[in-house]
Amino acid sequence: MEATRKRGLHVPRGLLFVLPYVPFLILFGIAPTIYALELAVTNVDGSWAGLHNFTRTYDDFRSVPAFKHVLVYTIVWLGALMVFVVGLALLLHGRANRVSATYRFLFYIPGALAGAAAVVIWLFMLDPTVSPGAFLLRDLLGARIFAQSIAPGNLPYIFAMIAFWTGAGAWIVIMYGALNTIPPDLEEAARIDGAGPFTIAFRLKLPLIRKWIAYMLILSFATGTQLFVEPEIVQHASFGLVPDTWSTNQLAYQLAFRYGDFNGAAAIAVDLLVIGLVGAVVIVTRSGLFRTED
Amino acid sequence: MGIRLLGLGARAVILVVFAIFFIAPVLWLILAPTKSDHALITSSPFSFGSFHNVAQAWNHLDAYSDHLYRRWIANTLIYSLSATAITLAISVPAGYGLALGKFPGRRVILTLTLVVMIMPAAALVLPIFLELNALHLIGSVLSVILPFSFFPFGVYLAYIYYATSIPSELLDAARVDGCGEWLTFRRIALPLAKPVVALVFFFSFVSNWNNFFLPYVVLADSNQYPITVGLSNLLASTPSFNPAVGGGGQSVNIFKPELALATLLAVIPVAIVFLVSQRALVRGTLGGAVKQ
Repeated sequence: MEATRKRGLHVPRGLLFVLPYVPFLILFGIAPTIYALELAVTNVDGSWAGLHNFTRTYDDFRSVPAFKHVLVYTIVWLGALMVFVVGLALLLHGRANRVSATYRFLFYIPGALAGAAAVVIWLFMLDPTVSPGAFLLRDLLGARIFAQSIAPGNLPYIFAMIAFWTGAGAWIVIMYGALNTIPPDLEEAARIDGAGPFTIAFRLKLPLIRKWIAYMLILSFATGTQLFVEPEIVQHASFGLVPDTWSTNQLAYQLAFRYGDFNGAAAIAVDLLVIGLVGAVVIVTRSGLFRTED
Repeated sequence: MGIRLLGLGARAVILVVFAIFFIAPVLWLILAPTKSDHALITSSPFSFGSFHNVAQAWNHLDAYSDHLYRRWIANTLIYSLSATAITLAISVPAGYGLALGKFPGRRVILTLTLVVMIMPAAALVLPIFLELNALHLIGSVLSVILPFSFFPFGVYLAYIYYATSIPSELLDAARVDGCGEWLTFRRIALPLAKPVVALVFFFSFVSNWNNFFLPYVVLADSNQYPITVGLSNLLASTPSFNPAVGGGGQSVNIFKPELALATLLAVIPVAIVFLVSQRALVRGTLGGAVKQ
């Protein structure tokens, strides 16, 4: 090893290939994080503020409602992912390959419409005058006009549904992939022992993909707390019903843009960053799903 | 036996209900531009109108703010493709270097890459905005393209690919044959990278195309918007969802069919990429890509 490294090479092996990537990692990964941290603990004039920006933004009257909205949304979304993604993946795993592939593809399609497009589509779906699901809106939400569909109490559920609609397919594919790594002999042995499909699904398969479920939930929790696009777009179409500080990230955005309060915005951004960071570090160090050594 | 049949029936019903949930909105969107604003309300949601209506909706959409819609699509293509090109140019070599190199700091770069990759991208948007603001880069298209080009998932995919799929004996053999560091990469590692290039292209292009938050905060001029931000701009200008606009007096001719058409056209490039990669994706390559 030593010999190859020294032979004719002045720079350590591989370093040159990584160099072009490093500035990007620093500029758009590390530096913004450090800069946001710095802004969060200083005042406008650059003097030390301690935790003042954190307590100040927390005490903002819009902060607690925004936090609650995001929390309800995230919990509903995680619950839906947990039950339906895992359930559908298990259902599909027991199916003939052809049929299962077709369903996986159908479930995956909305992923192509992620983001703004999905929100606009769902605004149509929630408008009782044009929606193919108008009867559901009427019976489940009691909504006869659009404004009733997007009543504030419904929003966390609506956003969770949109997020589920666009993202569930990809997770189903991932879970299905994880289920495929279970050795077929194991399932065969269970069947010979007299286990039915339910027992196999819940007692054998489910525990074996536990790690992936945990990964999905941690990642989705971190993503859920960042909610921005959906409420920001719906707010444009809400007749003023939805505040522009509905989610925590929106509040941070408004602080920076409307009030020029970059330190306050940074404090909230850091709150959210920490949630994302902790989630990521837990997954990287504890799950064993990602290799960093060969 | 009866319970067994019941179970199978329940399974079929659940799958069909979910298939409807996932697909019906897409079908509706495809059909909506074929109808007039009035027909959207009066006719059956899944009926087909006429191609004439599609043409008319397009004319209205195209006339909006002097061909602004075309501009948005062109912007999105430019941002997504150039950022994806940069991503490929930096992440394939970086993955290679991280997989087969031995240098100080390798472990740190790898771990940071992983952490940023798993962190939700939105968590970094406001910090990046604050940083670009301090550097006075807000309003420049580079403030969209360069952050888009930083795509740690691409580096990780390339890293995993080179670390697992290429026997290091092969590269050693090339070195023994007198290939330098660069030639070994150029002649051996790069040609072998096709599958990973396809994968990185897919994920990077799709995430760039759909990104809303970053361009929304760093761009000020509507002529610079990508289509995602453009759609929200369009939504805010249509009296269909925003009666206040209609009262403004200035008719924009953007109603539900136009908005539906705008949304449909906006997702076509990603839909094409999805269809092309369909088999690999559904087979679970996606899961396999991040698996040990």
